[in-house]
Amino acid sequence: MSRGLDGPHPEARDIPDGRRSPEGIRLDPQNGADHERHRTVISALVQHEPGVLSKVSGLVSRRQFNIESLTVGSTTNPETARITLVIEESQPGIRQVETQLKKLLPVISVRELGGDAVRRELVVLKVHGEEPDKVHAITEMYSGTILDAGPRTITVEITGDEQKIDDAIDAFAQFGIREIARTGQTALARGEVWTTDAEEERYERTQTNDSQ
Amino acid sequence: MSDHVSTVHTDEQSTTTAAAETRPDEDSISVTNGAEAVVTALENAGVEHLFGVQGGAIMPVYDALYAKQDLTHITMAHEQGAAHAADAYGQLTGEPGVCMATSGPGATNLTTGLADADMDSDPVIALTGQVPTDLVGHDAFQETDTVGVTRPVTKASYFADNAATVGDVVGEAYALAREGRPGPTLVDLPKDVTNGTTDSVPDGPTTPEYHEISETAAESAVKDAIQALSNARMPLILSGGGVIKGDASEELRTFAIEHQIPVVTTMPGIGSFPEDHELALEWAGMHGTGYANMAISHCDCLLAIGTRFDDRLTGGIETFAPEAEIIHVDIDPSEISKNVHADYPLIGDASCVLEQLRTAMDDAPAASQWRKQCQTWKEAYPMAYATPEDEPLKPQFVVEAMDELTPDDAIVTTGVGQHQMWAAQYWTYTEPNTWISSHGLGTMGYGLPAAIGAKVAAPDRDVVCFDGDGSLLMTIQELSVAVREGLDITVIVLNNEAVGMVRQWQDAFFDQRRMASEYQWVPDFATLAEAFGAKGFTVREYEAVPDTLEAAQAYDGPSVVDVFIDPEENVYPMVSSGGNNAEFALSEDQL
Repeated sequence: MSRGLDGPHPEARDIPDGRRSPEGIRLDPQNGADHERHRTVISALVQHEPGVLSKVSGLVSRRQFNIESLTVGSTTNPETARITLVIEESQPGIRQVETQLKKLLPVISVRELGGDAVRRELVVLKVHGEEPDKVHAITEMYSGTILDAGPRTITVEITGDEQKIDDAIDAFAQFGIREIARTGQTALARGEVWTTDAEEERYERTQTNDSQ
Repeated sequence: MSDHVSTVHTDEQSTTTAAAETRPDEDSISVTNGAEAVVTALENAGVEHLFGVQGGAIMPVYDALYAKQDLTHITMAHEQGAAHAADAYGQLTGEPGVCMATSGPGATNLTTGLADADMDSDPVIALTGQVPTDLVGHDAFQETDTVGVTRPVTKASYFADNAATVGDVVGEAYALAREGRPGPTLVDLPKDVTNGTTDSVPDGPTTPEYHEISETAAESAVKDAIQALSNARMPLILSGGGVIKGDASEELRTFAIEHQIPVVTTMPGIGSFPEDHELALEWAGMHGTGYANMAISHCDCLLAIGTRFDDRLTGGIETFAPEAEIIHVDIDPSEISKNVHADYPLIGDASCVLEQLRTAMDDAPAASQWRKQCQTWKEAYPMAYATPEDEPLKPQFVVEAMDELTPDDAIVTTGVGQHQMWAAQYWTYTEPNTWISSHGLGTMGYGLPAAIGAKVAAPDRDVVCFDGDGSLLMTIQELSVAVREGLDITVIVLNNEAVGMVRQWQDAFFDQRRMASEYQWVPDFATLAEAFGAKGFTVREYEAVPDTLEAAQAYDGPSVVDVFIDPEENVYPMVSSGGNNAEFALSEDQL
């Protein structure tokens, strides 16, 4: 068939031999961009309104972000809530999560927290109650609280970082864990650093107003 | 009245809000219910045209339009058509096109058009009726969770739950649709909210204050980018749809010519740089020119403006501009390094950043060898097609013939498929906003409703819709709207009695197993056009092409030219999906 255009065959052409990584980063010895996946915490201050959680979770699933946990709760400002996401992504992936979140209308401010952020998770676990003393001792060991104790079950609460929770679950396993509920991590930036820009700006505004 | 208007204008100019300028007579504005507040919000925004379809839950809003002299509603045949018409209207005017539909099927029919606008960043605002709030969640008649359905395909979807604020919500949705990177927004309007009593007059369109868009890029980033560009020996500009949406074509032209940098465009960027200029290499990507794809593959510095590096542009990421440092200008920070890593990200408005670059750049890159190389590629890979006597009419010839008949500012709209590619390849676009097509979503049927929206937006310009037989059949009912509204548009059907692009892929990648791609029979489009009240023409021979096209163009009203083209003709060049742009095939034996 004669159909088509004239010109050199691809094999007869000068084709550059450079390459990019699947993330679109030019493969160049000098370009030491980090695209290993690592786990990090993203905090988002959002409008406290119906649908905001579904907007955020819809975005995460639509863009196939790797998410470990997502928590949401109110703040001292009745109009805002904080969403804390633990994600496992490459550096470009983390940037995508941040910038895509920022585009959602109810999202006011987003920040990736540093490795030194204060993080906590809460677990409620219900174990078999045959050995109450031992359960009590392990609860003490993890600075937990017994929330409910009955003849057949004991329910305890432990808070801590992810590692501590994992360890505690292992320790309680000997009693037989009937049910478990974990909250996922929530976090704040450490010390005087603000967790999000918007809160910092709001604080500064109120300080200025107070001094006037 | 006009004296009074001008007086008020003078008074209000000191308060300097855009809304005040479009609200000439504030004292007379009053509303009694939510629906009137919605319509007032549209008037505040300066809306002149709406595209929609009536229905139960949206009736209060239509009722509020009844006595409005300044708002013209165009009743479309199908809600998808309303969204596409609003999309094209929005692109051409730069202001959100308004589309309206009722709840349930009305809203779901709109959704394809909204998804299309979302992918192509076109400003659109959709107003949908909804069942009364006390019935929401009860699976009421014509109830759909419209906000839930449309959320992934809009910039924002609002559920209006209060008559007193519904006007402001519409104002915000309007402002958001055009702000920064444009896109579609939707406001879902429950019937009790639009019927609900309120005297709350909405303000002008505004977005929330925390939602900031940066217009200019950081000066230090501009400096670094300029250094990379000045040092380049093989610099190339990639001009995307953002250049047209950002109204930056003039700045782009000035910058490219001043520094003698060759320009390729993306498909949505067609028209952002004149294709007849010596620096123009036309558009790159899957069916882009060989020279554009060679240039993009070999350049050592790529200044990409307003593009999201779609896979149809880049081919496989591994081999996309593999030698180039990339300067990426975009108003949406989430586009930076999403698909291709940006070595120099410049976040800002295309025209502002181009102006920053122009001011900061002293020396043009030493690229005379490179420009010669680009010229050599233009000669090596011409877009010249053959017209053998023993083969039927070639579609490329039809596109070129129509281009010759029409002025430079004629608007071309298309459906999706082979005809779209030929219209993009063989028409010479020299001005922005002359190419209106469905790129990201690839919505067959886009062309005719888009032509209607385009003609309403630009009644003094020629509007030509190239469509395929398959594509046109998806929205041909909108021809009734073109006739009813007396819109002078010319529809040219490049008829190969097939879904040609699918047929082409089957031949190339599915062992020529032409499953469900050849129609065997299609309607007589000329007769069909006449049945709709439009003018119909049929063409089968080269000799008849110029005269018939001229007659169709001269006809004062909608006309349809059914052109029987070579059913075996394929679109080339072609980069296979995920392939290397430099390895484009020029014919089937090169695939």
